[in-house]
This record gives sequence, C-alpha cells and structure tokens, in this order.
Amino acid sequence: MTILAEVHDETVDLQALYKQAGINETIETLDRELVGLVPVKTRIREIAALLLVESARRALGMQASPPSLHMSFTGNPGTGKTTVAQRMAEILHQLGYIRRNHVVSVTRDDLVGQYIGHTAPKTKEILKKAMGGVLFIDEAYYLYRPENERDYGQEAIEILLQVMEEKRDDLVVILAGYKDRMDTFFKSNPGMSSRVAHHVDFPDYGAAELLSIAERMLEKMNYRLDGPAEQALSDYIERRMRQPHFSNARSIRNALDRARLRQANRLFAGRGAPVDRAALETITAEDIRASRVFSQ
Amino acid sequence: MKITQGQFAFLPDLTDVEIGKQVEYALDKGWAVSIEYTDDPHPRNVYWSMWGNPMFDLADPAGVMMELEACRREHDGKYIKVMAFDSAKGWEAVRMSFIVNRPKHEPGFELIRAEGEGRSVHYTLRSYSSSHPRVS
Repeated sequence: MTILAEVHDETVDLQALYKQAGINETIETLDRELVGLVPVKTRIREIAALLLVESARRALGMQASPPSLHMSFTGNPGTGKTTVAQRMAEILHQLGYIRRNHVVSVTRDDLVGQYIGHTAPKTKEILKKAMGGVLFIDEAYYLYRPENERDYGQEAIEILLQVMEEKRDDLVVILAGYKDRMDTFFKSNPGMSSRVAHHVDFPDYGAAELLSIAERMLEKMNYRLDGPAEQALSDYIERRMRQPHFSNARSIRNALDRARLRQANRLFAGRGAPVDRAALETITAEDIRASRVFSQ
Repeated sequence: MKITQGQFAFLPDLTDVEIGKQVEYALDKGWAVSIEYTDDPHPRNVYWSMWGNPMFDLADPAGVMMELEACRREHDGKYIKVMAFDSAKGWEAVRMSFIVNRPKHEPGFELIRAEGEGRSVHYTLRSYSSSHPRVS
C-alpha cells in the first residue's frame, strides 16, 4: 500500500497527504491515551514527518532507498515500550511503510535454539512470521552472552542483522530493554548499533502522571475512586515509588488489581444488605490503605 | 517439453510478483505454505523433497519469497513447487500447488514398452532426468 499524492505543477500538498493518510487521528489518540512520554511522542512525530516527506518525494519522482526504521526502545519496566510498539506498527502501516499492521513480540527463547543447528531455522521462522510488519524483541540484550563464547545467541544476532539489512522494506525490527544493558549490548555489537537508526528513550513517569494513568485504567475497567480514595491512591503512589522493584505503570496496574480484590472482599463480607450500582463501582480509601505499602 | 502439473501450468511461467500474490491469497485463507523441489517430475512422483518445514502462521508472502529465493539459489536446475495446505476439518489437504521453477532444458519422458505374455504390450513412462540424476 502506498500513498498516492496528487501532483500539481511539481508541487505536493503535504497537508492533504497528511490528512489522507489518517495519521493525524492516530497521533492524536496516541497523545490522548498515553500519558507523558514527551520524547517518545516527539520522535514518533518526526518519523511520521520523515515518511510523509518521503512519499511526497516519491510522488515527484525522486528516488531514494527507503529509510531504515529499525528502532531501539530503552527504558525501565512499565514505561510503555510494548504499547508504543503496537502504536508504531499502526502508524507505519497507515503511512504505507509496512504492509501489515501486526507486531510479533518475541524474547531470546523464541530466537535462540538449544543445540547446534537449531538456532538458524528457529530465528528464520520467527523472521518469516514477522515479515510485512514489526518484530518486537523484548530484552534484546539477552541475545548476547559474552560470558559464554559458544552461546548460540550470536548466531541469532547474525541472521537478524542480515535480514535487517537485506529485507529493509519487508520488516521493521524494534529492540527493547533497560537502558544501561541495551547500551552495553550495542557497544559489544557494533553491527547492530549501526543498523538501528532510531534510539528512543522512555522516561520514568512522575507521580502525577502515574495517578492519571491509574484513573484511565480504572475508567476502562468501569471503576471509580471516591474523594478519600483518590488521596489514598496518590499517597500510595508516593510511597510505592520509593520502594524497590517499582515498575511504573505495571506496579500501578497490580496495585489496582489488588484494590479490586479488597473491594470485592469488603462487599462480600457485608453481604446481608443489597448492594447498589454505586457500591459495586466505587473503590474506597480503605481498599487502598489496606496495602502493605502503608504498613512499612 | 514443458511439464504441466498443478495450477497455472498451461499459462506462461508466473513472475515473482505473481507468485507473491498467489501466496498472499493462500495466507489470507489461513493455509500453511510450503516449498518442495525435485529432479524427477514424473506425474506419479508424489514424494518431492521438502525445502524446510511448512511455514505456519505467516502474515505476509515476503517470508515465503525469501525461502523460495534461497531454494532457487541451491536447486536452480530443478523443479520447485509452492503448496498451500488447508488444515480445516473436512479438508485437511493441499489446496494449492504450482510449479515456480523449472530447469532450462526439460528432457521430458521416455515411453517404455514391455513385451508381455501373448505379444501383449505394457506401456510405462520414465522421466529422462531420472536416468541422469543431478547430484547436489
């Protein structure tokens, strides 16, 4: 699928092209539905602009090899790397850069085999499945294990590199993982580093952003917080952020799931009286304050 | 002699773009596409060699085309066919099969006459290429 631009006297209407691709709505939904992540959104806009100008250039007959769009997403757990990868596939599909709007999400286990000769077919099978769309490799640094020189991960990396180079218009590869470990990974694999054009860093969320993420999650699950509960949740976030193993939005999701559990238990414990709609959808302060985060 | 087996055999050979479109059709139907090759095109030869495993869960023909390219590199002077297997209950069979590569010179078949009892004659076919099997 390519975007057909109307050419009038050697000029191209970028605005019309922009509207036609429907990219505007996708970026707006991205803005609306994803809290924070300003650098990420900026980069997505830049990439969209690049592809748009590229199709305008093509419309005027300026030939150039398609831009390389392999990306690396770095950031702490729960900062939205997987979610953004899904959105990225959508945007690239709308801009006609990839043919299918699909993301194949894999980790080391899916690519690397267990014995000699097992890795190449395994990696190739995954690559074939992903072709036409996006291949998302989570925790990509596990592919490279310097402590074992006979590790099969290196073989997977080599096949990956070859396909990333040769099948640039069939496949977009997104590597994701923690920032420091990805940096080491790229340092020890210069071939990989030079083929990944876009390095996007996902910042941690602030307390206010996490609260607004929590509210969006609850809204999707048809729950709501009453006044004191909102205060309790923001206290909870403050405390949880200071504790070890804090993984941003994922921790918040887990906390909400546990609050739902407590709410259900509370309602069940008082089951003598009939429950109304408001009670079923409201999470109160006590559901949140019962968390172990407050007892520490 | 041009071998006519499978789909599209009476048409001019498909181009890569056309092969890709046929594969796309099969994938859209949810069929698993596979590639096989042989040097013996006898119509009763149902055991062609498999080029890798059948490819399940593909979304786009690019993966099949990559394998086809690799297979052609290695078995250029042989017959290569693309097949699509439908695993739906009641079908469980190959739904598409067409030749995508053939040797430059196709030697064709020899008609063998076997003299039987009472001057009866039995006929059989033998592909010339199998008398000079290609080693690779």
